[in-house]
Amino acid sequence: MTRVLEPEDRAIVEATQAGLPLVEQPYAAVAEKTGLSEAEVMARLLRMMDEGIIRRIGIVPNHYALGIKHNAMTVWDVADEEVSRLGPLVGALPFVTHCYRRPRREPIWRYNLFAMVHGRSAVVVAEKISTIAELLGDACRAHDVLVSTRILKKTGMRLKSSSDTPKNARKHERKAV
Amino acid sequence: MIDAIDRAIINLLQEGFPVVEHPFAEAGAQLGLASDALIERIGELLASGVATRFGPMYNADRLGGAFCLCAMAVPAERFDEVAATVNAMPEVAHNYERNHALNMWFVLATETEDGIADAVKAIEDATALPVLEFPKLEEYFIGFRVAA
Repeated sequence: MTRVLEPEDRAIVEATQAGLPLVEQPYAAVAEKTGLSEAEVMARLLRMMDEGIIRRIGIVPNHYALGIKHNAMTVWDVADEEVSRLGPLVGALPFVTHCYRRPRREPIWRYNLFAMVHGRSAVVVAEKISTIAELLGDACRAHDVLVSTRILKKTGMRLKSSSDTPKNARKHERKAV
Repeated sequence: MIDAIDRAIINLLQEGFPVVEHPFAEAGAQLGLASDALIERIGELLASGVATRFGPMYNADRLGGAFCLCAMAVPAERFDEVAATVNAMPEVAHNYERNHALNMWFVLATETEDGIADAVKAIEDATALPVLEFPKLEEYFIGFRVAA
């Protein structure tokens, strides 16, 4: 299901990774930057959305600025035979922004389901964690809540310009990370 | 402070932005805003930091490159020194201190799959501490949306 990005797609990614131009016809502006037509830019964006390369086009609010200042990395030890059924239910909860199955690393780490929970107060976050615990029920044997006590580094991830990374062109079929 | 119109913009545009020739006009119509007023509002939300981004949200996994969440148990007396070593690596995209025996959690982003193992080894060699890898096995992500 993964495919190699075509050079035209890469050009669109590079032209929009800092954002969409704030002009009346933003796709025409991207077309001008990439040398493609407006119609082709729109068609390729829609195709990349269909394929999951683009999650969606829209705005990303700053949680802190909206008063959603509390977050927690909740981690759950869920029975292996149940985790693939329950994981999507946790991921669908409106206050869960990221939800993944990851490997256990015993003895230090028994948890295989990770869910990021956000809320306007610590009390609200605690209530939400209870909601997840109820949803998982007996399939969950233990859980923990890790809050970040300090941001040590936060840099965005950027695609390098294609001339720097010819290797990327052949990379696909990777396992999920 | 943001007002009710800003909140409506954030709530609507988190759900998506149309791919049409005049998308601000189309989205603005749902908000009762002319396209130039919507463009101005979005520009202000970005400039003030209420919004961090406006545009396509790319699935980083699908753009080529590899990503892996990693964690380390760092002795308290070595924490700042190890943090400096880890942060100095360009492959480290985010790094957080967390309240657990595994007290340092970071994301590696490399151009190739092998790059993850190389970065892990480089950190282990430089710090003499083990790095645990937590690759995604399944994604249950639905959306990164909040009510404004």
